[in-house]
Amino acid sequence: MTTMDGVSQPGGLAGAACPTPHVEAERVLLGHGSGGLLSAELLRDVIIPALGAAAPKGALEDGAVVHVTSQDLVLSTDSFVVSPLFFAGGDIGALAVHGTVNDLAMMGAMPVALTVAFVIEEGFPIADLRRVCASIGSAASAAGVPVVAGDTKVVGKGAADGLFVTTTGLGRRLPELTPSAERATVGDVVILSAPIGAHGTTILSTRAGLEFEADIASDTRPLHWLVATMATAASHEIHVLRDPTRGGVASTLNEIAQSSDVRIRLEESAIPVPPAVGAVCEMLGLDPLHVANEGCLVAIVKRDAADRVLAAMRTLRAGEDARVIGEVVDGAGPRVVMRTRIGSNRIVDMLVGEQLPRIC
Amino acid sequence: MKYVEEYRDPQLAHQLLDQIHAVTTKPWSLMEVCGGQTNTIVRQGIDDVLPVGLRMVHGPGCPVCVTPLEMVDKACAIAVRPEVTFTSYGDMLRVPGSTSDLLSLKARGADVRVVYSPMEAVRIARDEPSRQVVFFAVGFETTAPANAMAVIRAHELGLANFSILVSHVLVPPAMTSILDDEECGIDAFLAAGHVCAVMGWREYEPIAARYRVPIVVTGFEPLDLLEGILMAVRQLESGRAEVENQYIRAVRRNGNEHAQDAIRRVFQVADRTWRGVGRIPDSGLELAPDYLSFDAAKRFAVDDIATLENPACIAGAILRGTKLPTQCAMYGTACTPRTPLGAPMVSSEGTCAAFYNAGRVGEPLTSATA
Repeated sequence: MTTMDGVSQPGGLAGAACPTPHVEAERVLLGHGSGGLLSAELLRDVIIPALGAAAPKGALEDGAVVHVTSQDLVLSTDSFVVSPLFFAGGDIGALAVHGTVNDLAMMGAMPVALTVAFVIEEGFPIADLRRVCASIGSAASAAGVPVVAGDTKVVGKGAADGLFVTTTGLGRRLPELTPSAERATVGDVVILSAPIGAHGTTILSTRAGLEFEADIASDTRPLHWLVATMATAASHEIHVLRDPTRGGVASTLNEIAQSSDVRIRLEESAIPVPPAVGAVCEMLGLDPLHVANEGCLVAIVKRDAADRVLAAMRTLRAGEDARVIGEVVDGAGPRVVMRTRIGSNRIVDMLVGEQLPRIC
Repeated sequence: MKYVEEYRDPQLAHQLLDQIHAVTTKPWSLMEVCGGQTNTIVRQGIDDVLPVGLRMVHGPGCPVCVTPLEMVDKACAIAVRPEVTFTSYGDMLRVPGSTSDLLSLKARGADVRVVYSPMEAVRIARDEPSRQVVFFAVGFETTAPANAMAVIRAHELGLANFSILVSHVLVPPAMTSILDDEECGIDAFLAAGHVCAVMGWREYEPIAARYRVPIVVTGFEPLDLLEGILMAVRQLESGRAEVENQYIRAVRRNGNEHAQDAIRRVFQVADRTWRGVGRIPDSGLELAPDYLSFDAAKRFAVDDIATLENPACIAGAILRGTKLPTQCAMYGTACTPRTPLGAPMVSSEGTCAAFYNAGRVGEPLTSATA
């Protein structure tokens, strides 16, 4: 936790003529994680100013007090190790805010407070740290959630890859909204809020050594406003909310099918894949349904509420392309099946193994 | 996506399907040679909508699948050396050797890197002169030109720290080996479009004539495959056995002569062992004498490694097309993409993995989804 004490001069050394240590302003040093003067400087000069309006107010205590009135609190945490740290459409900072805000939103909760923890590799450029913190600050401010506490650790060169960020979010659940992966019911429809695949293909195409540049950017964005808007149109009828991040839409829907013990049928022609995403997937041999997203959600909604929910979603930019992509059907065994464009059926499986490199 | 979506048009697909249903009067078995075609057929559910009795048999055309266990063991023996940076296409990393695989070695500290082109490996060798950079050169005639160019480039740059571990195989000898098998029930072939883009189809003409078997050079999109199937069935129904070209937008009879020149310059034809099939004479490529100094197997003295295959795995019968994955006792139980026993389960283009990823469990899909 953030502390500012323990930085007073050790006794008995006053007047000793030690050489002034070299002041390294460009790189993170092991000493920046010592809890001493350098740590305090890093907080005071780099992290807190960069967080801007989202930064903790007042003295830096061992923990934050959060005032809440609702009974239903939601807590979620996520670590971010994306490589590269900066990519078209976002960076690790924005991703760390959106990832946790969206996890809260998928539980039907609006974010109340975030904490941020950094693990920084010795030698990491201060300028990059400032840039990441500024991005966290603006993403948090835009999402309307303060960063109330944090932690900074520095590890030796080679012990981490640049910068890892962990965010924890506290949220307040909207009344009457109780989405759960166990609530998909035969007859429900599957709604997708936006085109798929932009985040994962952006990261893959910016990977060092991959010799093409696609006109493509990550879709990372907060989704809680979208959820709040959906909640104005329906409440209990929204059975499941999930953001299809790693593993993509295919893995998310398989998890839902298993948790609810239902079969989900998709219509291939209804699933929007941007041309650039399709092209990258063709080249790398990926299925867009397996590619990570950071700016769309899948909702499984009672059929008679679907039109109302869709109309509400389309009033926001994050949901302007929302559409029905499938339905929950009867059938033996939890599965995701898809009617292909040529009219045959195929089973959509979960992603096995990994897509290199790290994507979030 | 321009030049791709056109070949996935549902209306045209239905027209072709109607024509296939109209011309088919007898049961036929067609083998698509290439793993990429297998993937399209299974993912699009094409064999699900063909006439009853028209069977697609999935051939040996997945480079990862036919690379022998012994070659994976050689790769592992090289990759663990401290001075070596071992580079490979991603799919080869998960292929189980007899004691380990390249991904596991990487987790234990070996310098194993995924590259998307052999030229990337050459660049690493140039940029990191203290490392011995090895590229795992697997594949059919399709990948051979790029691998040949990498060797030529490394030679021009005078790179003494670059070498390739060669496991190249050739399609026509594999086809004749399948046709010579007494169990073979293949009536026609869909030849691999990308292999033919490099090699042309002249070498298939004697095969079609000698075995009286239609061969249709076919592309990889749903419409390509449907049209290739239609052309093959038309030949069978009218008693013809010729080489025809469906993939006219990419393939000419003589192929790409520049690419062939590069292959001939760097490689020479040699006997090769195919996983599950065994040794096939003149069925692969090895480095030609002028480029032997780029041979990683010689440089790191792994030539004497010899390994037997897992006896429970029926990869041979799968690759020859005499058994379906669902007829294997290990399929989906002991052997899954997470825990592959044999190579056809490893690559997404492998017959077993393609079946598994499409959820094939022996039940007909249509009834399961009704």
